[in-house]
Amino acid sequence: MTAVGLLQIAVYFLLLLLLTKPLGLFMARVFSGERTFLHPIVQPIERLIYRLSGVREDEEQHWTRYAASLLAFSLAGILFTYLIQRLQGILPFNPQGFGTAHAPTGATPVTPDLAFNNAASFPTNTNWQAYSGESTFSYFVQMAAFTVQNFCSAAAGIAIAIALVRGFARQQAKTVGNFWVDMTRSVLYILLPLSVVGALVLCSQGVIQNLKHYDVVKTLEGATQTIAQGPVASQEAIKMIGTNGAGFFGANSAHPFENPTPISNFIQMLMIFLIPAGLTYTFGKMVNDTRQGWAIFAACSIMFLAGVFIAYPAEQAGNPLVARQGVAVAASDTQPGGNMEGKELRFGIAGSALFAVITTDASCGAVNSMHDSFTPLGGLVPLFNIETGEVIFGGTGAGLYGILLYAILAVFIAGLMVGRTPEYLGKKIEGKEVKMAMLALIATAASILCFSGVTSVIHFDWDKSQYLNPASGAPKPAPTASAPATANLGNGGPHGFSEILYAYSSATGNNGSAFGGLSPNTPWYNLTTGFAMLIGRFLFLLPLLAAAGSLASKKKIATTSGTFPTHGPLFVGLLVGTVIIVGALTFFPALSLGPLVEHFLMQSGQLFSMIGFWS
Amino acid sequence: MATTFPPPAVDNDPTSLIPKKLVRARPLFDKEILGRAVRDSFGKLNPLWLAKNPVMFVVEVGAALTTLLLIRDAVKGAGDLRFEFQIALWLWFTVLFANFAEAMAEARGKAQADALRKTKTDAIAKRITGSGKIEEVTGAQLRAGDLVQVDAGELIPGDGEVVDGIATVDESVITGESAPVIRESGGDRSAVTGGTRVLSDRIKIKITSNPGETFLDRMIALVEGAERQKTPNEIALNILIAGLTLIFLLAVATLPPFASYSVTSAGAGAVPSIAVLVSLLVCLIPTTIGGLLSAIGIAGMDRVMQHNVLAMSGKAVEASGDVNTLLLDKTGTITIGNRQAVEFLTAEGVTEAELADAAQLSSLADETPEGRSVVVLAKEKYGLRGRNVAEQEATFLPFSAYTRMSGVDIRGRHLRKGATEAIIRFVEEQGGRSTDSVRELSDRISRHGGTPLAVADGARVLGIIHLKDIVKGGMKDRIGQLRAMGIRSVMITGDNPLTAAAIAAEAGVDDFLAQATPADKLNYIKREQAEGRLVAMTGDGTNDAPALAQADVGLAMNTGTMAAKEAGNMVDLDSNPTKLIEVVAIGKQLLITRGALTTFSIANDVAKYFAIIPAMFSVTYPALGALNIMHLHSPQSAVLAAVIFNALIIIALVPLALRGVKYRPANAASLLRRNLLIYGVGGLFAPFPGIWVLDQMLHYLHLA
Repeated sequence: MTAVGLLQIAVYFLLLLLLTKPLGLFMARVFSGERTFLHPIVQPIERLIYRLSGVREDEEQHWTRYAASLLAFSLAGILFTYLIQRLQGILPFNPQGFGTAHAPTGATPVTPDLAFNNAASFPTNTNWQAYSGESTFSYFVQMAAFTVQNFCSAAAGIAIAIALVRGFARQQAKTVGNFWVDMTRSVLYILLPLSVVGALVLCSQGVIQNLKHYDVVKTLEGATQTIAQGPVASQEAIKMIGTNGAGFFGANSAHPFENPTPISNFIQMLMIFLIPAGLTYTFGKMVNDTRQGWAIFAACSIMFLAGVFIAYPAEQAGNPLVARQGVAVAASDTQPGGNMEGKELRFGIAGSALFAVITTDASCGAVNSMHDSFTPLGGLVPLFNIETGEVIFGGTGAGLYGILLYAILAVFIAGLMVGRTPEYLGKKIEGKEVKMAMLALIATAASILCFSGVTSVIHFDWDKSQYLNPASGAPKPAPTASAPATANLGNGGPHGFSEILYAYSSATGNNGSAFGGLSPNTPWYNLTTGFAMLIGRFLFLLPLLAAAGSLASKKKIATTSGTFPTHGPLFVGLLVGTVIIVGALTFFPALSLGPLVEHFLMQSGQLFSMIGFWS
Repeated sequence: MATTFPPPAVDNDPTSLIPKKLVRARPLFDKEILGRAVRDSFGKLNPLWLAKNPVMFVVEVGAALTTLLLIRDAVKGAGDLRFEFQIALWLWFTVLFANFAEAMAEARGKAQADALRKTKTDAIAKRITGSGKIEEVTGAQLRAGDLVQVDAGELIPGDGEVVDGIATVDESVITGESAPVIRESGGDRSAVTGGTRVLSDRIKIKITSNPGETFLDRMIALVEGAERQKTPNEIALNILIAGLTLIFLLAVATLPPFASYSVTSAGAGAVPSIAVLVSLLVCLIPTTIGGLLSAIGIAGMDRVMQHNVLAMSGKAVEASGDVNTLLLDKTGTITIGNRQAVEFLTAEGVTEAELADAAQLSSLADETPEGRSVVVLAKEKYGLRGRNVAEQEATFLPFSAYTRMSGVDIRGRHLRKGATEAIIRFVEEQGGRSTDSVRELSDRISRHGGTPLAVADGARVLGIIHLKDIVKGGMKDRIGQLRAMGIRSVMITGDNPLTAAAIAAEAGVDDFLAQATPADKLNYIKREQAEGRLVAMTGDGTNDAPALAQADVGLAMNTGTMAAKEAGNMVDLDSNPTKLIEVVAIGKQLLITRGALTTFSIANDVAKYFAIIPAMFSVTYPALGALNIMHLHSPQSAVLAAVIFNALIIIALVPLALRGVKYRPANAASLLRRNLLIYGVGGLFAPFPGIWVLDQMLHYLHLA
């Protein structure tokens, strides 16, 4: 680890800490209906929207109606995203002519399965990309379908988190808020202003914003190169702020037009954690005890920094086999040392490892380096982060409601040990809450494990294989043979297994980052990861909304010295322990066959080549 | 000959406040109970029964599956039979051990229920017909509303209220207390229980319950656990462990495909066998808490019962752990039931010795605790021995509500003691006159929370005996402990606020409710509950019933009325209100035991992973041997050691589950820190040496 690297991490964390309270306070005011400095400008627009859509601002919803509104809204988003993709050929802002007869050679066709995958991906805040934007989609699709959903899915996440917080804050209440109002306010007061500022700042660093035809240039060697263009900055800002993560380009934040400088890199990392961290304070504020919010913040910080200080040293140490070849792997003034494979020189090891940890702690999924190329331990951290349910600050809203789920479990198990019916923030944690928390955990674990399990072993007969999983890269199987779903892994051995596990973890966790290596644009992967995203989003948040409804209807229990305090270091430690132990116990067998064994094998000198081992 | 009187019982040892009578004190592993439990554990193998417990049901299915595969392999002569046999055997043991824990907990109750049933004989009842005639019917024919007459020596045929007469009743069947109690019509001592025996006099009873619904029937059912329903917290915990079981089922069920990929990719080894997979599953699912959960609940009820308290539901016991506010009656709970003489205050011209002598003489035949305390004070302070008054020609006048005094006529002296007004009237009748100073003394004592008792010798007022409420020894400490646990204690008294404040300060309670009427109590409870607190109280009178019903935990005294007993959710058979504090502690202990064993159970999994995962893939990925930090001998011994450890830990924790974890009153944060350290961190590390030792043993015994 280098001094500059450590300094970058320290400054990052300090800035995050400083921004948490002001933003959190602002969001608490917005969702409590108090006036803020933005109201003079934004409120007229807000009112207009309500008038046009017939939403009554003061009409609150029971949790079931809140959930129904969310589902209806998401379903509309899914249909909308699907249709725009499929119809891009006849829609405007398509200088390259994608989806038309004039599509450039090599353009990826938008098949129904790919369109479904994206339609499941964007409204669920996953933003898994089985495509490269610059060779698949028109500017219109990127703007009207993807960027719009970036706002909507992030706003929906925040709305649900706020509904759950209200469950704790209220007592004997029938309602948890109004989904449409919470949604609208999230977009108008929080996401839009931050995105406008963010986009401008990114533009100052060189992120592009245009609707031009792609540039075709002659390189120094005399070859022709096409340089993709587009309205990047506007999508880039919400991609980070909304923890969405889908890059405008296939290379995501490793692309110089998306993330040109170390400063833009730093700002992007900050944008990812901004709202999730701020929401911890909002939570404390809304339950009238800011210490509770800071406790959550502390637990997240511990897990975040632990991840950083596992991944960063692992990457900096690099691959021992490379060192054994006599290559200098120590960092020096002229070279970063360590494992630079798949990393951008302008970000270096610290800037890449930190980004990888942040993007998987949050459900962002933007990448500025290829996680597939990380060392086994370095790659284990992002994978494990996702498998905890992305609760380490987590996605916008999703992180808060995720960690509150763990808080409910932690309080329930340990709270018994103080000799009382467990209670959190004055609300008794009883059968209903435990049931809902367990349902959410089971749904996500089932999705990750079952899809990975099936994909590890499934074989298609030749006909179906041609349709469901046409192998890319690997030699075509003989027409009579059956082909496995693993045929389009990038690597063999445990590393290949990590690629599968990562894909379904990322989809289910609504992260969207790819380990890389795997070629995912086949019907099999498009459909299965698409379903994993829907399961991971809706079967996780519906139980939590139910819990919010149940909590809101309860009386608040008075706090005494006999109450388990949920704001001290003991609770923070307990919460961290619960997240790690539940995650580890669920996924240890799988992880031991992926990154863990790969790590031990690497130590003993074995690597897994890019050559498909099935051939 | 002198007669001495025992000193008034000031109880300094709080635990001795609780006689243990209802449940005969038995050692934890009584032979009779053990035998019964072992038999029952096999009966409980019935899958229909086990299906209620998802964790153990999964283990049983796993055991059955492993056994079937063992038989298949034995027939085919394939597989590692020695390993498979041992796995199957220990899986069955795991189920049996869990059954045994539950059976142990139940057996204690069943043994007690049998004992109670033996005392339940069908009495012949003398029913009074509408025309006033008496007809003999069996107890089973009685219905609520019937009138019966019971004479000395007869069994009371059913629960009821005395409507006429007064009698002494032997209630030892219910309470274990052999001293008879008085039951009379009207007032708060009118309730009688079926199965108890009238010792003297004749009473008429109005029957209040139908056959099969009597107090004794309910008691038998409760003790036996027949009506046991899962408590809310138990249900929530069951959901948690069932959910965890499902998650681990997913983790294990997806291992074969993962392993299949790995085996193909590494080109070595094989997918783990069913026996190994089942072993991993059983080790991971929370069998420890799953196996002990119901035993903990039953044992918690049993512990309440051992304190001679009958809880109407497990829910009530659980709720008592959650209580925030305790309403404690002053008399009998905070203070010893009776006032005691603490000083003699003389009128002008009277020596203290003279007053003490008169006070003692007048009290010699007074068997009330107050009377005895006067004798004791005279003896301790003035060296006056008790005298055998029977030898002296003395006539005793017992206390009567009409005269409001008692006393003795001895050798021409007329000694009286009683309420100040009554004594002054007596003195004036005798031709004497009282002094104002006596009145002043009397008023001063009243103002300070004491009770004045004037003493007269014929026409002369000698002075005042100061009777005082004595706060029970150790009460202040216990109130302090309650405060540490986050429980406010509130003293309820009929005294005036001044007196109440004085005693409240002495006892150290957090609040008091003076001149409390039943309505005041009820309102206080409602107010506390509205602020989100759970309230516990004791009561015995019919007018307590609304408050008892409103309180989250209502402990009714067995000496109280039927209405009170029905309104409360617990009945204290010893009628000792202080027990409320014990009940709270038991409720907390019950919850702590559950939480501790759940945490322990989950924390244990970490070590088991380290034992089993490297063993599973020892051929496919020898590199995973790096995870074998216990250096277990072979894959077989590693898996077996983990399974055996998992089974043995259940049986090892049975005593803990039955006794409950040690509970010391403390605030939540320190309790949690302590228990997390013991059961969380301990649970994380304990299995490592345990599995290692078992592995060594298996190796040296050549079992694996």
